[in-house]
Amino acid sequence: MSTNAAIGVSAAGPGGLPAGVAPDESFDLDAPWRLHPQVSVRPERFGALLYHFGTRRLSFLKSPALLTVVQSLDSQPSARAACAAAGVVASDLPAYARALATLAAGSMITSGGQP
Amino acid sequence: MTAVITSESRRARANTTTGSLVEQFRYGLAAPICLTWELTYACNLACAHCLSSSGRRDPAELSTAECKRVIDELERMQVFYVNIGGGEPTVRPDFWDLVDYATAHHVGVKFSTNGLRIIPEVARRLAGSDYIDVQISLDGATAEVNDAVRGHGSYALARRAMQHLADAGFEGFKISVVMTRHNVSQLDAFKAIADSFGAQLRITRLRPSGRGADVWDELHPTLGQQRELYDWLLAHGDNVLTGDSFFHLAGYGQGLPGLNMCGAGRVVCLIDPVGDVYACPFAIHDAFLAGNVRGPGGFAEVWRSSELFTELRRPQAAGACTSCAAYDACQGGCMAAKFFTGLPLDGPDPECVRGFGEAALASAGVRAAPRPSADHSHRGRRPVPVSIGPRPVDGPVPDRACEQSPLAGFAPSAAR
Repeated sequence: MSTNAAIGVSAAGPGGLPAGVAPDESFDLDAPWRLHPQVSVRPERFGALLYHFGTRRLSFLKSPALLTVVQSLDSQPSARAACAAAGVVASDLPAYARALATLAAGSMITSGGQP
Repeated sequence: MTAVITSESRRARANTTTGSLVEQFRYGLAAPICLTWELTYACNLACAHCLSSSGRRDPAELSTAECKRVIDELERMQVFYVNIGGGEPTVRPDFWDLVDYATAHHVGVKFSTNGLRIIPEVARRLAGSDYIDVQISLDGATAEVNDAVRGHGSYALARRAMQHLADAGFEGFKISVVMTRHNVSQLDAFKAIADSFGAQLRITRLRPSGRGADVWDELHPTLGQQRELYDWLLAHGDNVLTGDSFFHLAGYGQGLPGLNMCGAGRVVCLIDPVGDVYACPFAIHDAFLAGNVRGPGGFAEVWRSSELFTELRRPQAAGACTSCAAYDACQGGCMAAKFFTGLPLDGPDPECVRGFGEAALASAGVRAAPRPSADHSHRGRRPVPVSIGPRPVDGPVPDRACEQSPLAGFAPSAAR
């Protein structure tokens, strides 16, 4: 439990995610994913802060490993490849997929070709 | 399971069980999340509760070049956005230049205004930028309640600005309300005003800071009204912003949306018009002064290693609140509210929902509360009386309120 909680993402104010927007449980790990061009990433001791200038929302990455995954999305053919490159073990993949799904629901990351 | 959260309110509840993120925040961040930058002490209004005692420009205010150097630093530190206020920031002749400079350097701008300069042309320009957000101050849902605190004509000024923003297609601008004894009952009306303009309501707590110290006794919500406010936020809070203002109300039980912590010096700070850096916008006093952006290390040095901020990032003593069951929820409340009502920082908030604050204030007797370190109030122009009555009859009254000039009725001779 503690391991997975440390991989999590929190979306936050102003407003968090729009009401009714839930992360897609069926996150496509094999698709190419990109950081949204309007998103800025600031590393922090606990992981990172993400800010989306379009939606004016913050997200918190709760681990440096998740930050590594997010930062490598742009150079990897798929989210799965980005996780592998960051050294994520198979048993942790579902937790990373859920965290990435939350980022996708908040438009922090977008599937390739649809910025 | 993962701490995957889909809304602020759910996140807040999750935080009370995991606590990890809030704990991390208490140790401070590489750069502030919520940086307030007051660009000038000059203001066309003289609101009774002004937390920065604004009115007159300070001759030592940062120059355009100095402001741009601060923005360069904020860009390097990846401060995502600044909350610009004052005073009335738009009276600075270089205001739009600075806004453009900030957004061009990846520092978003949210600025607070009483609406003075929001003419149609400006509104159209603002509506065209993703990097600019606007917050119009309004402290009453009716002119009667608003103008009693903010001054005659200020309601019409704010409404006119809102109309111009809405006409220009600016969706989701903010309407910012300081909650007082006279407007808690207007919460639904404020929400209706925001909805009618496609705007978002933001409500914040009245602090006894600046001139607010002079009117706090009469204006702060009663204990009953605090409960009313808390219940209203639980019912409507998902679409209403609070700037994490009401975390002291978490003592009622369930945490409100937001971090429910005091961010002073940890995730929040203030840069004032002369470059002084304070722990939070409500604490303009030497006791909370961490440094100045004109110092050799600039703002970054103050944020990262000032003695005050380093101290604030250490665990804080609960003091008199140690044995209270609500302390984990309310964290003892607001540092500035305690300080400016003369209460010890390691004791209850003056508006403690369990009534310990009122008891502490009563037992303190005649308070020797600290005064703000700087006062830029208009000389000889008394703050607007807080009692609600007929509009003042002295001085000229414009035939069409604020149509010909936003300063209609403003008598400069009275301000000297």
